[in-house]
Amino acid sequence: MSSDSREMWAELGLNMKKHDELLSILGKVYPEIYHKQNNRPKSMMYFDFVISEIHGLRVKELIDHKNKGGKVFGTFCLYVPDEIINALNGISIGLCAGTDFSIPDAETVLPRNLCSLIKSFYGFKSAKICPYFEVADVVIGETTCDGKTKTYELLGNIHPVYVIEIPHRKNEESFKLWRKEIDKFIEKAEQITGEKLSLENLRNAVKMNNNKRLALQRMNSLRWNIPTPISGKDALLINQVAFYDDVIRFTDSVNKVADELEERVAKKEGTFPADAIRLMTSGTPYAIPNWKLHHVVETSGYPIVAEESCVGSRYFSELVNENADSLDELIDNIAKRYFNIHCACFTPNDERLDDIVDLYKKSKAKGIINYTLNFCTPYLVESQKIKERMDKEGIPFLNLESDYGMGDVEQLATRIQAFVESI
Amino acid sequence: MELYFAGIDVGSITTKAVIISDKKRIVGSAILPTGFSASKSAIDVLNLAKEKAGIKNIAISRIVATGYGRNLVSSADRKVTEITCHARGAFERIGTALNLIDIGGQDSKVIAITSSGKVDKFIMNERCAAGTGRFLEVMARALETDLENMSKMALNANSRSHINSLCTVFAETEVIGLIAKGADRDEIASGICWSVAERIAGMAKKVGINDLVYISGGVAYNEAVINALKKQLDKDVKMIDEPQLNGAYGAALIGL
Repeated sequence: MSSDSREMWAELGLNMKKHDELLSILGKVYPEIYHKQNNRPKSMMYFDFVISEIHGLRVKELIDHKNKGGKVFGTFCLYVPDEIINALNGISIGLCAGTDFSIPDAETVLPRNLCSLIKSFYGFKSAKICPYFEVADVVIGETTCDGKTKTYELLGNIHPVYVIEIPHRKNEESFKLWRKEIDKFIEKAEQITGEKLSLENLRNAVKMNNNKRLALQRMNSLRWNIPTPISGKDALLINQVAFYDDVIRFTDSVNKVADELEERVAKKEGTFPADAIRLMTSGTPYAIPNWKLHHVVETSGYPIVAEESCVGSRYFSELVNENADSLDELIDNIAKRYFNIHCACFTPNDERLDDIVDLYKKSKAKGIINYTLNFCTPYLVESQKIKERMDKEGIPFLNLESDYGMGDVEQLATRIQAFVESI
Repeated sequence: MELYFAGIDVGSITTKAVIISDKKRIVGSAILPTGFSASKSAIDVLNLAKEKAGIKNIAISRIVATGYGRNLVSSADRKVTEITCHARGAFERIGTALNLIDIGGQDSKVIAITSSGKVDKFIMNERCAAGTGRFLEVMARALETDLENMSKMALNANSRSHINSLCTVFAETEVIGLIAKGADRDEIASGICWSVAERIAGMAKKVGINDLVYISGGVAYNEAVINALKKQLDKDVKMIDEPQLNGAYGAALIGL
């Protein structure tokens, strides 16, 4: 990265020594995991470039945006409505949370028995190694799980934080609460940005985000072809970059990938042989640069063709209904769309089981790997319900629990290979 | 003329080789410590098995490698996980639906095998050494004895100490604490074997238990662990023939 970036990071107050270390690790890991793949789509070049500038150009864009009076909102969850942020001239950025590099620093404050994602994001802030964090005017937290909820209290001591309350029941009373929370969030976001929400700016933002989701749906459904035209790792990268790239440029780039994949499908060209055993995953999110599971699975020779995950189908499978005559109605449509995400923080959450079976069938996978981060209680406990349902459906199912450390890679590989041998 | 097939099981503590004829008869086998270089042990153990077979200029038609070091066996024609190999080996000997418990040096597994020999479900211990041969080794050292004697001590005990920790490091501290308090060594040994069995029984219950439960791996020779397993599962637990060679035998059969 250029010397301009170094100046920028110093101005943002990053811990330069640690940040250099982090970038040098990433600089080694990415080529090892990504460039060594066979027959990648050429259009993935854009995403390679995005990663090569992960803490450079995009951060500069955000600073430019702020210099022009715009605001930056950091987020950690799908339940934060991007449409509202975008309508108010704000940019929403999914913040760093995917590496164990920042965990030792977090553990000086947080308990060890907490999921890697939470420890990772807290450490990125406390160790000052994430430029996005430093650029973010506010972090929008949410009450999806106890670990996050309580960590946002601590995070509030070192960064401006606003927490949205996510209800945990899917009934009318909860929806009312959720709608009120959205109204409160709008009020807060208007205060931060100094802008006012209107039917027009919100409708534009809804369209823009729907287009992004449509592009992701298109790209991800092309993976269902046999042979699959793109590796799971590349698709995962696209699904990850969705959280922090410029929405319009990203949408365009994903559509270009999809165009190329369509050509590949027409030619029956794949990244894995047509007879390779296809797998899908369910479970917790893969924050960038957590590519561990996909790397282990795909270097064993099995393509991943779908992810039922926050970084995956939960992110893009539902659109916001654009038909609304009033601002209130459009906000209502937004509230409904987000309320319909099937996260394990809800009880009961049986719709999620249907989603998994549905995606399994559509993606023509031969088995499901349910992947959960250690100490993620809602998803870990819900794994049993998935297992019971998959047993009933006769769908081969493997439960894995892991974190960001590399110590268990060989053991994971053995479980995954044994699972495929038994299919 | 008979054809010969070899299975090499590179485990964390020992490396095993089995040579079978195309009639599935074991003609030679060997066990060596894995040591620092798994690839070298794999070569040595196969040579030793060939020697033991006592067949002049024996030619191996196919080699299948398994175990955690399977990818280090460069001469292997195929690499298959130990889960599949253990299931194959056990099914060949038993011929019906069964559970196989394999307690290895570094990991333990419970496999449910269908009546057609397919792996239905399996579970492996998480990354730590709880419930493995290594755990027993460390505890034997803390008791200043060897594995064989620890089993005997445990069988002699009138009652058993409680070992609460699953973690090898913590359990060792616990054992040292018990010794310091003057607890009976036999009772401590019994507590150790019980705790391994407890861990394994938990895994077995999660997978679902068949009528037939067999055990393979080096720990199959540990009578105290087996007795504890029988009590906890309320089932007979039988040792598979040549339990340490089961994985390598299965690998050889897969090559057939």
